[in-house]
Amino acid sequence: MYLIDCPHCGPRAQIEFTYERTADSLAPADADPAEAMRMLYSRANPMGLDDEIWRHTYGCRAWMVLTRNRMNHSIDAVRAVGPEVLL
Amino acid sequence: MARAAGLAFEHFGSSMNRYSALGLLRGALGGQKHWQPAWRDPEPKANYDVVIIGGGGHGLATAYYLAKVHGIRNVAVLEKSWIGGGNTGRNTTLVRSNYRLAPLHNFFEFGLKMWEHLSDELNYNVMFSPRGAMFLGHSDADMTMLAQRGDALRCDGIDAELLTRDQVAKIEPLIDMSRGARFPIEGAMIQRRGGTARHDAVAWGYARAADALGVDIIQKCEVTGFVRDGDAVVGVETTRGRIGAGRVGICVAGHSGQVAGLVGLKLPIESQTLQAVVTEGVKPMVNSSVMSQSLHCYVSQSDKGGIVMGGDPDNWPSYARRGQTTIVEHAIAQTIAIMPALSRLRMLRTWSGVTDMSFDGAPIIGPTPVRNLFLNGGWCYGGFKATPASGWTYAHTLATGAAHPLNAPFALDRFVRGATIDETGAGPMPNHR
Amino acid sequence: MSDGPSRIAPGGETIKFTFDSVTYRARPGDTLAAALLANGVGLVARSFKYHRPRGIMAAGIEEPNALVTVGEGGRAEANTRATDLFVYEGMIAKSQNAWPSLSLDAGAVFGLAAPALAAGFYYKTFFGPAKRWMRYEWFIRRAAGLGNSPTLPDPDKFAQRAGFCDVLVVGGGPAGIKAALEAAESGAQVMLVEQDAVLGGSLHSDPDPAMDAAWVEASAARIRALGGRILLRTTASGYWDHNFLTLTQRLAEPGAVPVHGFAQALWHLRAGRVVLATGAIERPIPFTNNDRPGVMLSQAVRTYVRRYGVLPGRRVVIAANNDDAYRTAWALIEAGAQVLAILDSRSGSTAAAPAGVPVFYASRPAKVTGTAHRLKRVTALVGVREQSWDADLLAVSGGFVPVVHLHMQAGGKLDWNEAAQAFVPGAIDQDCVTIGAAAEPVAASPAPPVGHPKKSFVDFQNDVSLADIDLAWQEGYRSVEHLKRYTTLGMATDQGKTSNMVALSRLAERGHVSVPQAGLTTFRPPFTPVTMGLLAGAGARNAGAHERRIALYDAHAARAPIWQPLGYWFRPRAYPLGAENLGAETLAQAALREARAVRTCVGLTDVSTLGKFEVTGPDAVALLEFVCATSIAKLATGRGRYTFMLREDGMVFDDGTVWRLSENRYLLTSSSGGADRMASHLSFVRNYLRPDLRVSVVNVQEHHAGIALAGPRASALLSGLIGEVPPRHLSLARAVIVGVPVLLLAASYSGERAFEIYAEATQAQPVWRALAAAAEGAGGAPFGLEAMELLRIEKGHVVVGGEVDGRTTPRDLGLEKMLNKAGGFIGANGLQRPALSEAGRIELVGLEAISGEIAEGAMLIGAGGGAPQGHVTAAARRIIEGGSIALALLADGHARHGEELTASSPTRGISTRVRVVAPHFYDAAGERYRD
Repeated sequence: MYLIDCPHCGPRAQIEFTYERTADSLAPADADPAEAMRMLYSRANPMGLDDEIWRHTYGCRAWMVLTRNRMNHSIDAVRAVGPEVLL
Repeated sequence: MARAAGLAFEHFGSSMNRYSALGLLRGALGGQKHWQPAWRDPEPKANYDVVIIGGGGHGLATAYYLAKVHGIRNVAVLEKSWIGGGNTGRNTTLVRSNYRLAPLHNFFEFGLKMWEHLSDELNYNVMFSPRGAMFLGHSDADMTMLAQRGDALRCDGIDAELLTRDQVAKIEPLIDMSRGARFPIEGAMIQRRGGTARHDAVAWGYARAADALGVDIIQKCEVTGFVRDGDAVVGVETTRGRIGAGRVGICVAGHSGQVAGLVGLKLPIESQTLQAVVTEGVKPMVNSSVMSQSLHCYVSQSDKGGIVMGGDPDNWPSYARRGQTTIVEHAIAQTIAIMPALSRLRMLRTWSGVTDMSFDGAPIIGPTPVRNLFLNGGWCYGGFKATPASGWTYAHTLATGAAHPLNAPFALDRFVRGATIDETGAGPMPNHR
Repeated sequence: MSDGPSRIAPGGETIKFTFDSVTYRARPGDTLAAALLANGVGLVARSFKYHRPRGIMAAGIEEPNALVTVGEGGRAEANTRATDLFVYEGMIAKSQNAWPSLSLDAGAVFGLAAPALAAGFYYKTFFGPAKRWMRYEWFIRRAAGLGNSPTLPDPDKFAQRAGFCDVLVVGGGPAGIKAALEAAESGAQVMLVEQDAVLGGSLHSDPDPAMDAAWVEASAARIRALGGRILLRTTASGYWDHNFLTLTQRLAEPGAVPVHGFAQALWHLRAGRVVLATGAIERPIPFTNNDRPGVMLSQAVRTYVRRYGVLPGRRVVIAANNDDAYRTAWALIEAGAQVLAILDSRSGSTAAAPAGVPVFYASRPAKVTGTAHRLKRVTALVGVREQSWDADLLAVSGGFVPVVHLHMQAGGKLDWNEAAQAFVPGAIDQDCVTIGAAAEPVAASPAPPVGHPKKSFVDFQNDVSLADIDLAWQEGYRSVEHLKRYTTLGMATDQGKTSNMVALSRLAERGHVSVPQAGLTTFRPPFTPVTMGLLAGAGARNAGAHERRIALYDAHAARAPIWQPLGYWFRPRAYPLGAENLGAETLAQAALREARAVRTCVGLTDVSTLGKFEVTGPDAVALLEFVCATSIAKLATGRGRYTFMLREDGMVFDDGTVWRLSENRYLLTSSSGGADRMASHLSFVRNYLRPDLRVSVVNVQEHHAGIALAGPRASALLSGLIGEVPPRHLSLARAVIVGVPVLLLAASYSGERAFEIYAEATQAQPVWRALAAAAEGAGGAPFGLEAMELLRIEKGHVVVGGEVDGRTTPRDLGLEKMLNKAGGFIGANGLQRPALSEAGRIELVGLEAISGEIAEGAMLIGAGGGAPQGHVTAAARRIIEGGSIALALLADGHARHGEELTASSPTRGISTRVRVVAPHFYDAAGERYRD
């Protein structure tokens, strides 16, 4: 079980978190429909680092982006997202 | 159909090579010294009509049917490690065809009929054992959903039966039938022709049969790139040199994205870890394959006596073949809730497979945007049972350049077209299923 | 006392136990294996395939032979290693896989057939149709499996604990104790775990004056004094990501009644650093009959002699390829045994043998003979000639295999140690280090075996011999993974702890390659088998699911309803009255009565579980127009409307109502079953997709309890309670009922004039009671989910989980006209995919039975038969007029009203002729919403 360093709560056990999707699956707001569907339905799925959207569902409920290695499960970076980040 | 195509055994050259009880008895006198290698260990040739990337059950079955049904014998199966070592050897060996949606159940039923004769077909005992695949219903709503699924199957000529509580208890006396259970058993749907098979034997049986027809099975040969000629693929680069190919079939579920990525394709697939568990062997106690979709678990007993169980995948991408204990613990809790007598058995071994989670839960078999390059992948948790049908239809696709009617619905472009085959209705995120 | 092995010094045997119904005595601290040896019991088990007689080979967890079932009833533990079971008073142990008895095992006949039952024999025979294989399989399944299968529930409980430490030391031998002490002295929080019942490890068989019992005790005391924790009978069974480990702790011995009810504890442990001091396992040597009782690992012999005071043999031959085994000779001589010979496969050694013990170099064991109970004779190849000894014990040492399992589970690589001919821990990404014998094994020189390959066993439990490995090689199963799977080597309960390296060596010999080139298998959790009930913990009793109680639970419970699970919630399905409870149709009768009350008078129902979200702020409408597929912008303050939400792929995934409470404040409701999913979706949209919006989304699902009041009398009744005119349809108002402030939303799911009445959850009971009293006084009744289903089907409202099945678009459901023309909502892009507007989509229709009853879930078949064209999503009876009606999804259904089809349910033997109609059976114009 991973130890995920929540930007708001500090290191917490992975069972408190849920994975949502990869960051590359979301098209920009102004993308045309075909491009949005292409992005929804394709993944780089790399054997290495990728940016993934996770949520501290059973904790502070905040969303974050993990840069995670799919080969050895190391987590290289955690970035907070949400309105407070824009402040 | 498989039988109608007249697949006989004439290709197994000498009687020395034939497997039989008599052969074993002869061997008993001679120290079993007469058995020859089940497959050759050839050097790759410069060119093949078809190159199949991936020596799992699907790739080997594809090669076998290419040679047997389509007469295309100049075929190579390239395996980066050892054959059958991917998900073919890392599943829970369940075979059934009882899906709700027609494209799925028609495809898997075609395969189930092939399973029923596969040992004879391959002259290799794959130990297909139709002891019944039973889905438990825990509420009236569950039973209605099971009835709907059963009706869909029966109307398409596929066996399905609803069971009462008493019938469930008769088949599996150790199931907790008490009304006070958190998820009480209201009944079940059973597919009596469903069951289990010996997973390794499927890979080895297809390998041996394909090899006998002239297919080159090349182990420890990893594909590192594709050779392009304009918009077409004309070969592959491998750790054992360049190999030319008329057509190339990717068949590496779990790593489809990686291999397709070598030619610049991104797929509607995420690789996730799926774990399974087996206990120490005990005398028979689980008679069928018992599944609960409400509880996300399934259980059966192997011929060696081990109780085989599984549950949800680790719901995020991974290639590590290393799962999370919490997922296993949860699946075991669910299973013991159904069958309390399992509590004092001991978990002997866990294992993980890297699965291709497709974005509607259904497989992908067909052409790709790159000419002469084909894809077979996206099997989610359901690949093992599909092996014969997958090989049959993929061989057809590779031989003719177009999909067989059974795999036509499973085209790669169905996602952007809007023709997804979404058995659970959970939509495009694999982790929402 | 028999002439077999026995205690070196008699006495002290105060514990009584039984093995196969014979009562024996043991000393405190004995393992079952030690106690059986002390009592002269040589035959302990039968092997899996050939039922060969087996005794005790090891003294630790690697024991492959001596498996027993211990305990009785639901507490019985099959396949328990006699070497990992400490005897307790009254312990009942039984042998396995033998009938009628261990001595006279009928299954031994399989041994005679062994020449035909070589590796993988079953792949080559038993052909024919699947049904025929099942007949063979019936016998195979009964022959397989070692212990008897349990039939009773487990009477004990299992604890689960979470732990944290700076340094975890696995293994309480000398290296582990020293490491733990050192870490504790440096200020670290230490945990030291040891699978044995005592600390000391190899010190018990190889005493070290510098680390005597007093030193072990003082070290342990010091570790504890520094805040460290020492767990005995605790195995680190799994090493996962980020230094997370699972520990299994025995609180009672297998089969024993636990003092506090808990048999074991499972630890979920996070460690800063992990120190693996897991030691090494001795390698057996293959030769003819090397599996017989009386052949024992050399270090195990020392352990039985020195730790347990038991002499496993009096006339002993030692066979080895390393110096360590010479220490066994010393231990035996000290204990008064006779060491007949040391057979050393090497050409020479500097190790000292005790005086009078002959050492034979370049010598390898070839064969042993004896009875099923004990060894009689050892034959060796000494140089090039055979020599034999009359011996009752052969101690063997084929070198040492470091316990690298946890290192490998953690993702660590292995290196090859040439001197020891063994794999040792290499690079690892996690913060973990291996020390002691696991890192630096004793040098050894394995030599090619000289016995008969068919009788030279490698995997003892699965009866895999050298000949089986050779056959697999001959047939092309040359990768180590193929070998394992073809021969079943390493697949038994010991997971190859004593067999893996022997098999790899054979593969290397056959392939003329080095062992590392021959391959390596991967170790996966658990290290030793783990009780399933322990992993399940308390979850085994409730399937890991909790139960959530709605705010009005007590009010409903007083009416003894039929409950229905809905996600984690339980809601009343119907409230049967008096005589309704007696019949076979309780639910149907009650539901129909309740639905009639709503149609003709008034009913009330609990809708508290609906998803409810308050969306507030200047950009509230922007967020709602993004999430909802209908237009929100024009909604006036005080008004509400029906809405639905799409996934990105354009499929409808939930529906509900949206209400404008004030200028910038909205209430959005959604389905009960999808409420958690909707909460997550809204949070994702607000925080990830649209962090720029000035809006807050608050989940108020459990803040408000909700009661729906519906029926032609609803408006009048409510008016009486609130003292004013209730809001008109799709309007809202605030009011007070029995002193409790409520929010009134005039919305209808049933098709009647209706109100959803929301009160703060803690104050809802009096509101329910007042409404119920008023309704019942007027001739109405509370209604449950079943009546609600009848009402909504008749009205033609779709439901999430029914018609909204994740595969239907707004167009499929007849909701296309409500789509926000401006677009810009989630799912708008997905809806434009071409196949979603092609012919053949399944579309929502109504069905009327021409005769008989329509079965829910039935398939729709055309007049000419053929494949199903759709299915019945929900079936009901018309509430007042009677007659069977249904909603269905039908291919191209919108254009097929009037067509006749068959609703077929082969699984239930029901087939009904139906007519396709519009999916509105009741008040299609919506006139009943008006007062």
